Amino acid sequence: MRFCLIFFLCVSSAYAELRIVVTQGVDNAMRIAVVPFEWRGQERLPEDLAGIVTSDMQLSGRFEALPVSQMLSLPHEANEVLYRDWRLLKVEYLIIGYIQPVGGQLQVHYELHNILRQSVEVSESIIGSQLDMRHMAHHVSDVMFEKLTGIPGSFSTRIMYVTASGPLQNRIFRLNIADADGHQVQTVLESGEPVLSPAWSPDGNRIAYVSFESDSRPSIYIHDLEMNKRMVLKRYPGLNGAPAFSPDGNQLAIVLSKSGSPDIWIYDLESHRLRQITRHYGIDTEPSWTADGRSIVFTSDRGGKPQIYRINLQNMAIERLTFEGDYNAKASLLADDSGLVMVHRRDGIFHISLLDFRRGRLSVLTETELDESPSIAPNGSMLIYATQHGGRGILAAVSIDGGVKFNLPSSTGDVREPAWSPKKQRNFIPVAD
Amino acid sequence: METPKIHVILAAVFFAFLLAGCESEPVAPEPVATVDDRPPPAPPEPVVPKVIPPAVNNDGNLVISTVDDMGNVTEEVLQGIFYFDFDQAIVKRAGHEELNKHARVMMSDSMFSARLEGHADERGTREYNLALGERRANAIRSYLVSMGVSSSQMEVISYGEEKPVSSSHDESGWSQNRRVEIIYR
Repeated sequence: MRFCLIFFLCVSSAYAELRIVVTQGVDNAMRIAVVPFEWRGQERLPEDLAGIVTSDMQLSGRFEALPVSQMLSLPHEANEVLYRDWRLLKVEYLIIGYIQPVGGQLQVHYELHNILRQSVEVSESIIGSQLDMRHMAHHVSDVMFEKLTGIPGSFSTRIMYVTASGPLQNRIFRLNIADADGHQVQTVLESGEPVLSPAWSPDGNRIAYVSFESDSRPSIYIHDLEMNKRMVLKRYPGLNGAPAFSPDGNQLAIVLSKSGSPDIWIYDLESHRLRQITRHYGIDTEPSWTADGRSIVFTSDRGGKPQIYRINLQNMAIERLTFEGDYNAKASLLADDSGLVMVHRRDGIFHISLLDFRRGRLSVLTETELDESPSIAPNGSMLIYATQHGGRGILAAVSIDGGVKFNLPSSTGDVREPAWSPKKQRNFIPVAD
Repeated sequence: METPKIHVILAAVFFAFLLAGCESEPVAPEPVATVDDRPPPAPPEPVVPKVIPPAVNNDGNLVISTVDDMGNVTEEVLQGIFYFDFDQAIVKRAGHEELNKHARVMMSDSMFSARLEGHADERGTREYNLALGERRANAIRSYLVSMGVSSSQMEVISYGEEKPVSSSHDESGWSQNRRVEIIYR
């Protein structure tokens, strides 16, 4: 009979399941140096903070970090910096700092120096627990990245994804959440039946997904990550899929086919009322809200082939958005509603493409063949997607300008359906020194 | 015009009869009376072909058994997988004959109920493929309903591209994965 294994857990695994490999960086990468931070306490620290910052900066594809072995000195505070040394090494920006114990917690002090100008661009401290060291390091990376590029960093965010492993007849599906650098993997759900379409709530506290765990029929689940509780939506005959939280987090756009064909419906999470949005005998699926919450874009084959449409939730007017190509699907809007990314087929190959509403232009962002599930980082500068590499499903990321590309290969099985968390996992308020 | 022809035929038949009589001459013709001397043959068993009702095997496939006059049972496992073309949900003509067998069995006994599981290949997006798998399973259901099966005997479930039978990332694998499976319970 059918094998159905369900675990419902939140356990950290000790190893990193995803590893980032930069496949294309910017041509003129900025040269930086991250000096190992000085530890002013007794016991050994669990993490190498400067190492995490170095890795973050390099994996962004925009920076080239000087190896520690080539450094002429190892300063930790402004008065120890000899600008001439770093100029000789052709370093443009220097990151230094120290960590000291403060009342059972850690104070991390970090500075950014402009070598050419011989100026201090950033000098601040944050306080957190030892368990938060990785998050503190990502916070430092975010601050440095924003100062150097003008773009908010997304190193403190998380990525949710689905893995499938084991033989075809006996697959194990896992819904995982990892830090944006692939570390600290948590398995949220493990099942012998398919799990798909994970989505974040706008505050990042809840997730919604589709699981076939109950009698191998699809149901939509909402999991509160903070309370570690989950609820299941009433299941209807046919499809129950493609959940998408509204920007205010109070509604869930879903797909039901109980009326005979897949249509977009809105489930109100407070009143528990269900409202039908589209009515067409064709396929309507993959809803995604506009940032203002007033419209939903979706995939429909009402014109014969899958294309992207937008429905205005006030007057229910429907407008077709894509005209290029015979397969455009799974659109997700940019944060400012200025365009969307989607799966676009060109010459029989599936790419991730960007449709710019203002210029009316479609540009292909990825060169691989079976690309799907684009998800945009909260800073709007990168997107992560699923693709095939060596016959296996992996995650890959590309900057919106197409300039930076990296792969996130997994140690086991197929990885698919990435969803970039909308918010930072932890916020640190810098304190005055 | 026709009479001479008939005469010729009759003559030929008569002549053949004579010839046949000549050939049988060396063998003494069995007197009809001697038949009764032999023990009477056992009364022939009434030829009522044994009927084994269709059954569902462990894999959820339908098995039709037929018994011949000699009492030999032959089992036929009905083909339960139907394939589709890329991005299509049209039931292929090649599958009609097999589907008709399914229809006959389901109509014979309303206790038979089946899940029609729709599948898609890996190309395209997952949710769209779920919808496509459902459309395919609905196409099979419509066909069976048109043949007279009650729709209450069938449940449609789509797995989209989530349960492939082949992991080949080419047409050889994709063509096996675009399918509907009829699974009886």
